Formats: sequence, C-alpha cells, structure tokens
Amino acid sequence: MSQSINFDPIRLPPEAEELRLEVREFLADEIANGSFNPSSSILKSGFDREFSKRVGKRGWIGMTWPKKYGGQERSFLERYVVTEEFRSQNAPVTCHFTADRQSGPVLLKYAQEHIKLDILPRITAGDCCFCIGLSEPNSGSDLFAASTKATPTDGGYLINGTKLWTSNAHQADYMIGLFRTSPPTKENRRHGLTQFLVDLKQPNITINPVRNMAGKHDFNEVVFDDLFIPEDHLLGEVDSAWKQATSELAYERSGPERFLETYYMLPELVRVLGKEPDIRAKEGVGRLVAQLHTLRRMSVSVNGMLQAGKEPVLEGSIVKDVGTIWEQALPSKARELASFIDDEPGNRTNFDELLQFSTNIAPKLTIQGGTTEVLRGIIARGLGLR
Amino acid sequence: MSDDNLLIDATTKIFEDLCDPQNINAAKDDSWKQLLWNALEESGLTSAWVPEEFGGAGASISDGFSIIEVAGKFAVPIALPETLLGGWLLSNANISVPKGIMAVAPTRPRDKVTIHSNGTLYGQVRGVPFASEADHIVAAIEDAVSTKVALVAKNNCEIKSFSGLSGDPRDTILFDNVDAISIQELEGDLSYRSVKLMGATIRSLQIGGALMAILELATEHAKTRVAFEKPIAKFQAVQHNLAKLANETAAAVAVANSAADTLANSPDNEQAIFFEASSAKIRTGEAVGEGTAIAHQVLGAIGFTEEHILHRFTQRLWDWRDDFGNESEWAVELGALIAENGPDELWPLLTTR
Ligand SMILES: Cc1cc2nc3c(=O)[nH]c(=O)nc-3n(C[C@H](O)[C@H](O)[C@H](O)COP(=O)(O)OP(=O)(O)OC[C@H]3O[C@@H](n4cnc5c(N)ncnc54)[C@H](O)[C@@H]3O)c2cc1C
Repeated sequence: MSQSINFDPIRLPPEAEELRLEVREFLADEIANGSFNPSSSILKSGFDREFSKRVGKRGWIGMTWPKKYGGQERSFLERYVVTEEFRSQNAPVTCHFTADRQSGPVLLKYAQEHIKLDILPRITAGDCCFCIGLSEPNSGSDLFAASTKATPTDGGYLINGTKLWTSNAHQADYMIGLFRTSPPTKENRRHGLTQFLVDLKQPNITINPVRNMAGKHDFNEVVFDDLFIPEDHLLGEVDSAWKQATSELAYERSGPERFLETYYMLPELVRVLGKEPDIRAKEGVGRLVAQLHTLRRMSVSVNGMLQAGKEPVLEGSIVKDVGTIWEQALPSKARELASFIDDEPGNRTNFDELLQFSTNIAPKLTIQGGTTEVLRGIIARGLGLR
Repeated sequence: MSDDNLLIDATTKIFEDLCDPQNINAAKDDSWKQLLWNALEESGLTSAWVPEEFGGAGASISDGFSIIEVAGKFAVPIALPETLLGGWLLSNANISVPKGIMAVAPTRPRDKVTIHSNGTLYGQVRGVPFASEADHIVAAIEDAVSTKVALVAKNNCEIKSFSGLSGDPRDTILFDNVDAISIQELEGDLSYRSVKLMGATIRSLQIGGALMAILELATEHAKTRVAFEKPIAKFQAVQHNLAKLANETAAAVAVANSAADTLANSPDNEQAIFFEASSAKIRTGEAVGEGTAIAHQVLGAIGFTEEHILHRFTQRLWDWRDDFGNESEWAVELGALIAENGPDELWPLLTTR
C-alpha cells in the first residue's frame, strides 16, 4: 500500500490512570474551594495566574521536560491525561497552556542554555504566560508572507511591524515571534524568517485589544516600534524558521484540546434530556458519543506513537481536522436534539446559556491554529497528492 | 517482524494470488471461489478461532481480527469472516466444529431463532450473508434463561436466495421445525449481546480495511487521471475530498481496531466491549456513507462501471453496515445507556477506554 494509515490501539498506562485520580481530586478540591465553577467557567476568562501556580506546584506544567528546567520527565501520555481532565472540567488553564504545549518545547529545542534556565522553571511554576506571534494583517494562512521586520543593530535586533490575532498578548509575559530577517529568495519563498523570544513587559510595544464576536477580549493587535531584542533571544537559525516546526506539530495538532473545546455541551445536553429521552435524542447522543470516543482513541494513539518515537505526521493532522470539525458541529447538534424537551422553567437555562456561547465561538474552531483548508492541504501532501 | 505481521503477510499473499479484485471481477465463472476456499482452509485461516483440541488452528482472538481486516482490504466475497465467527461461537459452546463453510444467523437485531419444546428450531431470519453457499448454519438463540448456540446442516433449512448490493448472497433462512446437529449453551460470560458485538466488531474491521483500499484506489487514480491538461490530483477540490476520505478511513480504522483490541484483551469487561464495539459499528457505518461517496466522485464515470473494481468495495461497504446492527440501531442503545447513566457519568465512561 502506498500510504498507510496506522492507529495502534494504544491504552493509557497504569501510571497515567493513577495520575488521573490525583488530577480529579485536585480539581474537585479547586471546585469545592470556589476557584472555578465547571458549569459556567467557560463563559468567563480562562486566565487565572493563581490557579496556574497551584497547578505548577503539583508539577503538571511542562511535566515532560527535563528536571533541570523544572520539568518532571514524565511521559506524553501522562501529560495527555492531565490535559484532558482539565479540559473536561473547564478549568482555567489559559495562563499556562500555550507555554506548556508549544512555547516551552520551542525554547527547549532552540533557546540558549541561560535563557532556558531562566524561563522554563518559571513556566513550570505556572508563573509565566506565553503568546504566539505568527499572524499579521496580511499574513494568516500564508505565514511566509510575514513582514514584521527584525533589523540587525548593535548587540541585537530592532523590531518594527504589527502582529494580529495574538491571543492573550495583553496578559502574557513573553511572545515567541516570527519576524523577517531577509527577503524571500527566488528558489525558496519560505526563506528569510526567524523566531525570537520577545519580552513583552517593555516599552516600544503597544497592545491593542480586538474584541471578538462573542463580546470577549481574547486576541489583540501587537505593534512594535523600534523594539530592541538582544542577540541571545534569537531562537534557532537565522532566516530558517521554516525548518524548525515539523515534529512538534504532531503534538500541537493531536491533543485532546483539539476536540474538547465545546465538550461541555454534551453532558449538558444529557442533563436536559433526562433519563428517558425520545428515540431521536437517544440516537443523536449515541452517535455523538461514538464520534467522541473515536476521536479520543485516535488522539491517544497518536500521542502514544509519538511517545514510542514514531512520526505519525499524517495521523496527527487528521486528528485535528476531524476533531475541530466535530467540536464545531457539536453545539448545533445539541441544539437540534434538545428541541423537544419539556420546557419547565429553569430547566434549560444553563443549557441555553452555554449553547449561545458555544454557537458564538464555533466559527473560530476551524480557523485558529491553521484553517481546515490548510490542514487538508497537509493531509493531501501526506497522501502524496502534492 | 512480529508473528502478527507474518500472519498478515501470509493472508495477504493468498488473497493476492487467488482473490485479486481485478482478476475475480473479470472472471467468467465462480471457479476461483473453491480454489480460494481450499487455500484458506489448508492454511488454517478458516479455523483460526477454533482451539487446537477441537481440530482448529488455535490462533488468538487478535490474530483472527487481523485476518478479517485483511479480508476487508480485498473485499473478499466469500464466507471467511462468517466461518471464523461460526467457529468461535461453536467452540465457546463446546460444539465440535465441522469442516466447510459456515454462515451465522441472525445478523439483524430484530430477527430471532427460537427453540421449540421438542428441541427443534423455528424462526425466519433475513439477510444472512452466504447462507446459500454454506454447508452449515450457526444460529445464536436467546431464551429466557440463557444464550444457546445451534449447529444446523444447511440442507435442513429452507433458504430463499437474495443478494445484497454486491451480489453476494444475503439469504432468508426459514427454520420450520428444523432439527439441529447440536444445541449447547454459550459458556462463561458470553451473552446474546456478546455475539452481536463480536459480529459488529468483525464488520467494523472489514469496513476499515475496505476504506483503506478505496482510499488507495482513489488516490492512485487521481494521480494518473488527466483532465484540463493536469492530473486531477492537482485540483485542490480533489485533494480536499481525498483528505476527507482519509479522515473517515482513519476514524474507521482507529475505532475498529480499538474495539478489536478490547475484545481480544479485555474479554471479561462487558461494559467496555459494549461501549467500544457499538461505537465502532456506529462510527464505521458513518464513515461508509461519506467515504464511498467521495471515492466514487473521484473515479468519475469509470468508477460507475461494472468493469472497474471500485464497486467491489463500495457495494460491500454498503452491505456490511447493515449487518449485526446498523449505526442507528447501536446509537439508540448507546444513547439510552448514556442517558440512564446521567451527565456526570459520561466523562468517566469515555476515559475508561
Ligand atoms: C480565536 C483565534 C485565535 C488566534 N490566535 C492566534 C495567535 O495567538 N497567534 C497567531 O499568530 N495567530 C492567531 N490566530 C490567527 C490564525 O492563525 C489565523 O486566523 C489563521 O491562520 C488564518 O488566517 P487568516 O485569518 O488571515 O485567514 P486567511 O489566510 O485570509 O484565510 C481565509 C480563508 O481562506 C481560505 N484559504 C486560505 N488559504 C488557503 C489555501 N492555501 N487553500 C485553500 N483555502 C485557503 C480558507 O478558507 C481560510 O479560512 C487566531 C485566530 C483566531 C480565530
């Protein structure tokens, strides 16, 4: 067979299941202490630095990283369990999640030793929030059109230009930014971009809120006006950022957060339907649960294969494509299936509130982190079509 | 190479030699069927799930599933999965397993076979794959107290021949005061539902296998078929359709293998088997709809001909999703369980697997 699709039926190991119980206990305590309310936290800001610090104390941020940088050297399957338990309870993970998933691993691989020793332990302590500076007004799906410039100067670089849609820039301590250090070449239009670590707490950076259609302030415009970045904040090779983002992408694409963003609608649907729904609702719920189970099995499998040193790049992209389409469709499925329930006053107040919210945010799910079309292009490449 | 791979390679070799879809599509008669069956029987593949002390090959449950997935990849049009399942059922009821082809009934959830007080069998079951080609019928029977398995000579039953979309036999069997060769209770924790779930998992694996085959067929076709002076694979719409076919294939393969792993490695975990196998049949059935539509779209008129082999896969995929409970039937059962458990039990259930 020219291309084969492989999902080893990997099960989570016993140590991961033990950890799950610890995480559940921790979350139950947090909920009991009023740190967040799982049935409404989704409507609020997910940013809670104190919560993240308590998570950091448990050793659950950057938990796969080397101990000398504050990590726990635990497996990706253990991290998987922590991530999915937090998501399923709608815990406020915004402050630490980007660094945990993406920025930390980039630093581990490309940052200089003294930077790693400085920043990574702060991330694992839950006290260091990162944002991702890729997109710009004229560069979204096509990252290689980025034009924010990094110009060499004494001891470093001067940054000028604008990043856009930067989630949490207004709350973050650092950004990992993609800046232009050279023009693209005729042979390689991907040439000329470089990754930098950007300390956001300094002048010459203006962060302007961009409210989204759900009325929330999550993403921002970030304007750089002669911002100085020291030489040692350069990440990896100059002009070669395009080479630096391959194997991590499978992790980035295949985690449980790729299909659980609207998960709260499903238990809430089961709640309003009651113990004996009509046959149509039973069928609808059964299908949704089977689809979710399938996604989860695919996702665990990809993470297990990664842990085993395989490179399931095609499979990882598939998980994200199927997952984001599923979580996007979930609110409208829930809406349909709840059509015929008895309308006792108060019965569906929470359901309706969550439905409004999830319907409002659904459009972003197939855009953020790379659109469906871009992802399908990657899958098509994996199939050898391009 | 693991033993598992050796088995898969050996099975693949037999199908390549004797059941190549292109060759049998062009074959003038059915004489290849006997050759294929003989080769499978000689190599022990047809009795994989029969323990050695009963004269079988005594392979593991997971080896049997591997054979079945490969059979799906070739859209094998003979009763190999049925005979495997028949052997499994008989062995689990301590009935010695006859040589030859077996069909298993019922395959539709609302059909029933019953035992009369005088010990003979009654009932009408529809859509039984390969009943007319079988030597024996293995019937699963649920009564008030237990689940029984009956071995019946085909010639003792009245068979009305029907065929599925693929042309493979899917017959109606009329049991009217039929004497069985043997009737025994299923052993251990196996229930009537376990039999359906085993059947559902077998079909899910076949579906995953056949989807892999049509993904490859459609991908290769797109790379070579030229329209508007370029291979159609260069059109983004075609690329995206094939990516969606890959998505559906991936989902089917993953969930089917997960269910198979559960049956093979947690045979006593009834809740897990129900959750996994019902999910597998639901999700693979859904994948059939979207997946076959895309493959046909990519193949154009060529794929709509008798001459092209695409239909060997797509028609069987449509047939298989109706066996041992279709998506709707299982979804209602699974949904009922979820509702009864209540919202707080949903996440714990999902994470048990
Ligand atoms: C909620 C949210 C949070 C975000 N957070 C961040 C962040 O923190 N940091 C960051 O850098 N960015 C962030 N983004 C930006 C995100 O990465 C981009 O929106 C995304 O990459 C798409 O870019 P675009 O919006 O410019 O759309 P465009 O690139 O203009 O694309 C619009 C549409 O055109 C089509 N299209 C584009 N290219 C192709 C193609 N090759 N083939 C076929 N069709 C195509 C697709 O349908 C696509 O949806 C965020 C976006 C959202 C919605």
